[in-house]
Amino acid sequence: MAASRQKTGLRTQQGGRINRDKPVSFTFDGKTYQGFEGDTLASALLANGQHMVARSFKYHRPRGIVAAGAEDPAAIVQIGPDAVETDPNTRVTEQEIFEGLRASAQNCWPSLSFDIGIANDVFSDFFPAGFYYKTFMGPPLSWMRFEPFIRKAAGLGVAPTDRDPEQYDSTNRHADVLVVGAGPAGLAAAKAAADAGARVILVDETNAIGGALLSEPEGSVSLGSKPADVAIQKMVDELHANPDVTVLTRTTAFGYYGDNFVGLWERVTDHLAPTDRVTHMPRQRVWRVRAKQVILATGALERPMVFDGNDRPGIMLAGAVRTFLNRYGVLCGRMAVIFANNDSAWATAFDLQDAGAQIAAIVDIRRNLSGALLQKAAHRGIPIHAGSAIVGTKGRSHVAAAGIRVLDASGMISSKANWIECDLIANSCGWAPNVALFSQSRGKLFYDDDLKAFRPGASWQQERSVGAANGAYDLQDCLDEGRNAGAAAAADAGFKKRIPRVLKASHTMLVQRDLQIMPQIPSPKAAKKVRAFIDLQDDVTTKDIKIAIQEGLHSVEHIKRYTTTGMGTDQGKIANLNAFAFIADHLGKSVPDVGVTTFRQPYKPVTMGALAGQHVGAHFMPRRTTAMHPWHKAQRDVVFEPVGDWLRPRAFLREGEDFHQAVQRETKAARTGIGVLDASTLGKIDVRGPDAREFLNRIYTNAWSKLAPGKCRYGLMLKEDGMVMDDGVTACLADDHFHMTTTTGGAANVLGHLEDYLQTEWPDLKVYLTTTTEQTAVASICGPGCDRLVADLLDDVDPDPETFKFMDWRDAHIQGIPVRVFRISFTGELSYEINIDASYGLWLWKKIFALADSEGGTYDITPYGTEAMHVLRAEKGFIIVGQDTDGTATPFDLGMNWIVKKSGDFVGRRSLSRSDTSRDDRKQLVGLVTEQPDFVLMEGTQIIGSKDEGAVPVVMLGHVTSSYFSPNLGRSIAMAMVERGQGRAGETLYASRKGEAPMAVRVVGTDFLKERSDGTI
Amino acid sequence: MFLIECPWCGERDMSEFHCGGEAHIARPDQSESMTDEEWAQFVFMRKNSKGRYAERWNHAAGCRRWFNLLRNTATDQILAVYRMGETAPSVATDEPVTPSGEAPIGSGNDAVKLMKPGEAL
Ligand SMILES: [Zn+2]
Repeated sequence: MAASRQKTGLRTQQGGRINRDKPVSFTFDGKTYQGFEGDTLASALLANGQHMVARSFKYHRPRGIVAAGAEDPAAIVQIGPDAVETDPNTRVTEQEIFEGLRASAQNCWPSLSFDIGIANDVFSDFFPAGFYYKTFMGPPLSWMRFEPFIRKAAGLGVAPTDRDPEQYDSTNRHADVLVVGAGPAGLAAAKAAADAGARVILVDETNAIGGALLSEPEGSVSLGSKPADVAIQKMVDELHANPDVTVLTRTTAFGYYGDNFVGLWERVTDHLAPTDRVTHMPRQRVWRVRAKQVILATGALERPMVFDGNDRPGIMLAGAVRTFLNRYGVLCGRMAVIFANNDSAWATAFDLQDAGAQIAAIVDIRRNLSGALLQKAAHRGIPIHAGSAIVGTKGRSHVAAAGIRVLDASGMISSKANWIECDLIANSCGWAPNVALFSQSRGKLFYDDDLKAFRPGASWQQERSVGAANGAYDLQDCLDEGRNAGAAAAADAGFKKRIPRVLKASHTMLVQRDLQIMPQIPSPKAAKKVRAFIDLQDDVTTKDIKIAIQEGLHSVEHIKRYTTTGMGTDQGKIANLNAFAFIADHLGKSVPDVGVTTFRQPYKPVTMGALAGQHVGAHFMPRRTTAMHPWHKAQRDVVFEPVGDWLRPRAFLREGEDFHQAVQRETKAARTGIGVLDASTLGKIDVRGPDAREFLNRIYTNAWSKLAPGKCRYGLMLKEDGMVMDDGVTACLADDHFHMTTTTGGAANVLGHLEDYLQTEWPDLKVYLTTTTEQTAVASICGPGCDRLVADLLDDVDPDPETFKFMDWRDAHIQGIPVRVFRISFTGELSYEINIDASYGLWLWKKIFALADSEGGTYDITPYGTEAMHVLRAEKGFIIVGQDTDGTATPFDLGMNWIVKKSGDFVGRRSLSRSDTSRDDRKQLVGLVTEQPDFVLMEGTQIIGSKDEGAVPVVMLGHVTSSYFSPNLGRSIAMAMVERGQGRAGETLYASRKGEAPMAVRVVGTDFLKERSDGTI
Repeated sequence: MFLIECPWCGERDMSEFHCGGEAHIARPDQSESMTDEEWAQFVFMRKNSKGRYAERWNHAAGCRRWFNLLRNTATDQILAVYRMGETAPSVATDEPVTPSGEAPIGSGNDAVKLMKPGEAL
C-alpha cells in the first residue's frame, strides 16, 4: 500500500520561498539529508519523505509533522551538536536548517522506528484519563512504585548535562505602536503607523515577512499593481529605511502583561551555522517592550478534524500542506486525500494537483457544496465525496489509506467503507483566530457562531486585534483592518491622524466559507476501540474526555487538568477548541457555555537562558567587595564566602592547612596574639537631626536619652510583632548625630525599616538617614595587649584601656589621616575598631600588617575571617541575628531581658506582652555542651528530652542554631533554641542523630568563656 | 508589570517599587492599654480585599519615598496616587460585582474571560 509513497523527489521543480542555489546538509538521527537555505527542519525532512519525527508523550505512538508553524503539536526533536549545547523539545516546524545541523528524535528507545515504550500504547487502557490523579489518590505506595517507570517512559527530551555556554541578551524598549505578526494585516498596520510618524516595532516569529501570503503560490496574489512578494519587499524596504521603525523576524511575542508590557523573544543566531555566528553575538535576546499601543495581527490557526486513526504521520492540516508546498516547495505527498468542512482546504487540493500530486479524493462533510467549487474540482477531474467523512485510516508508521463513508442528514454513517489509498490526508476543520495574546491582555473573548470560534471582544488595554486574529479571513479585509488600526493607534499615541492609502488586493484566495463543525466524526467501530486524538502531544483522545466527564468533571479547566489536554509544550494551540467543542457536544451545551481555558504567558516555551539574559554567573548577583579585598585576594589561599551582598574572606589558609585547621588557628590567635578582621561590611547609617535621639528611643528596645557624645551602646531592633530583626552598636557623635551599625546582611532592610517609620508613622520627627556603609572601611583589631599595636598606629590618641574605656569612641589620626576608633568588641576580648575613609582602607590594612613580626615588626598579627569571627562570638555567647534567631525570637527568648527598657514605647513593645510571647513554654536560647567534648553537633540538629526517640511523632524540644569546635575552650560548644531552656541549666538533653543513638548534651549558659571560668564546663 | 506614577519621580515600572500592604493603619499611641485582640488587629490583620484597596508603596529602587496608592486589586488598575498623610480620594472603579467577585473586565479570571450573549463590546 505504501508503494505510492516515494522517499525522494518530493521537492517541487520550482517555486517556494527557498534559495535553491544554497543547498544545506544536516543530520537527523545520524542520517544525512539535504535541504535548501530557507527550509525549516520540517520542510527539509518532508522534502526527503520523512514525516515521522517523534513519538508521543504517553503512548509513544509515531508522530509526524502536522502543522507548519509554532502550533504544531508533537513534531519536537532534540537539537544540538553535543550533550551540553543541546536543546530538547525543539519544534521542527520552527528550527531553520543550517550546514551541519544535528537533530535527533527524542522520547523513543532504542530508535524512532522501533520504540519499546510503544508497549504503553498496547496497555493504553491502563493509562486512562486522570491516570496521575488516580495514582496519587491510590494506596500510599502506588505512586512510588509507578514513578520510576513513568519517569523513564514519559520523558520529553534530554536536558543539557552542563551549564549553557551560550550568551543571551535582554533589552528594554519603548514604542508608540508594537505590531505583533507581519502578515498582510500586521504589515499594513505597521506601515500606516510608521507613515504617521510613530515609533513602530513590527515582529514576526518566522524568518520572513508576509505571513499567510507566503503560503500562496507565487504570482497568484497581487497587492496594488504588483505581485504580493514584490509589494511586501517594497514595504519591508521602506520600513527598514525608517529610523523610527524596528522590524524583527524570528521574534515571538511570548507574553502580554499589564500596561502594554510585552515580552519578545528573538532567536538571533539559532538559524546560523556555528561558522556563520559572529563572536559576541548573543544566541537569543529578550526585548521588554512597553508600548503605548499594541496591534495584534497574530493570524488564525487551523483546527484538525477529530476522527478515528487521525494521529498517523502523513495526516496533516490542509493549510500546512499548502504552506509546505508554496513557501518551501515541498510536496507532503503524491497521493492526497483532502478532508474538509469548509472551502479553504479545497485550495490545497488544487495547488497540490498543480504541483503534480494526485488528488485521490476530496471528502467534505458538507452535503451542499457551492456550485463554483464543485465545478472547479470536476473540471480538474478530482473525485468528490460530499456529505462524507474519513472514519478510519490504515498504515503503520505512515498513513496508507483513508476509509470513507457517506453520512446521512443526521451525521450518522450510511454506507459501507470505501478504502482509498493515499500517502497524505490534508484535513481542515476550519480556522480559529489566534487569540492567545489578546486573552493574556485580559480582553474579553466572544464566540462567533459563524466562525465557530472565539474572537477578540472588548479590549482591556490599549490594544487592537486585526486581520485573521480578529476573524477577518479575507485578504482585503485584513489589509483594511490593519491599515485602519495602524492609523488609529498612531493617532491614539499622539500622532496627527492621517488617512493612509488603500492597498487593493486581488481576490484569488480561497478562504473559509460555509463552515460546518462536527465535534467528532462518527466511527463504525465499538466506542471502546475508537482512537480519535484531540491532543497529539499528550495523547488525549475523545475517549479520555468522555471518561473525565463520566467521572463528574464538567468544567473545562478541570477536564484539562484531569486529561492533560492542552498541557504539553504546545499548550494545545490546535487542540483546545476541538476539546471545548467536544465537551460542549457531550454535555449538550453550547461552546460559549462550556467556555475556554485560560491563556497564560508564555505563548510558547522560551529558553531559560533567554529569560535569564546577562544575569548569570558573576552577573547573577554582583558581589560587593571591601577596600581591603585586593590584599585578601593576594593571600596564599583564601576561602571567600558571600555574606549579604558582600564577598568576605572566610578563612586565610596557611601552607599545609585545611579549612578547619585555619579556622582553629585564627580563632586561637585572636585570644592569644592579635587578630585582625576586615569589618568594613557592617551596615552603617548616619542618623542626624534634632529628634535623632527620640527616634532611637522608639526604634531600639533600650533607652538612648542619656548616651553622651563619645559613647557607644548596643541596640536591639524589633519588628512590630516583637521579634528580633537586627542588632548593632550605635555611637553618639553629637547630641543630634549618631552613627548606627547594623548586621552585614541586614543593612538595606534596616534602612528601609527606619525610613518607613520616619516617613509614615512619625513624619513630625526631624531625622535624616544616610547610608554610609561604603564610605567607611573598618579594621577590627582584637586580642590581649592589642592596645600597644593601636598605640603605635595612632598619632594623637592613647588607647590605654584604663582611660579609653569599653564602649567609648575617639576621633584620631594615623599619619594625619582622620580615623574614628571604637572600643567595642564582638569577641569579648580587648578590641578596637578603626574606621577610616574607604579610599584609605587598603592603606590602613597594609599599615597594620607592616607592624607584624613576619614583616619585620614586633607584633604577632593574624588576619582572621568570618568563620573564626563566628566561633569567637559564640565562645562569648553573642548571637548572630538570622542564625540564632529566625524571626520567631523575642529579646526575652534570647535571655536579653536587660536590653528591654522598663518604660516608654518602642517598635514591638506591646507585642512582648501578648499572651503568645509571654507563654512560659517558649523556646529560649541556651548553651549546650556535648557529653563527648570532641563531638561537634550539626547545626539544625533536633533536641529531644530522652535517650530513646521512642515512638513517632518524637517530641522535639528545640534545635541547634550554632555549633563549633572551640580551640580556646578545647571542646565543642553549641547554642540552641530549646523549650523552657532558661530553666533547664544543668539538665541533660539529647541531640537526635540520623542513624545513630542520640548524643547526650548538657544545658549551660550561652557565655561559654564565663561557664569555663565558673568551672561549669 | 504595571506602571506606577511615583509622586516624586513620575511613571516607572512596578519592579522599582515595593508594596507595604494596606494603607491608613496608624500605629496606636496607647498600645499599653489595648487588649491583645486589639493589638493583634493592628499588627497582623489586613483587609486584603478584592477591588478598591488603599496601599502603601515605596519607590525602593528610586527616590525611596513612601506614598499611598489606590488600586483595584482585581484588575491592577491604579485609581489614584497620593502622599502619606493624605486621605484616599473617591474615585469610581469597576468594583467586583459578578457572582465570583470579579470586576466586569480586566481581571482575566474565569467569570469575565468571555462576553455574555448580547453583552456590548
Ligand atoms: Zn520616586
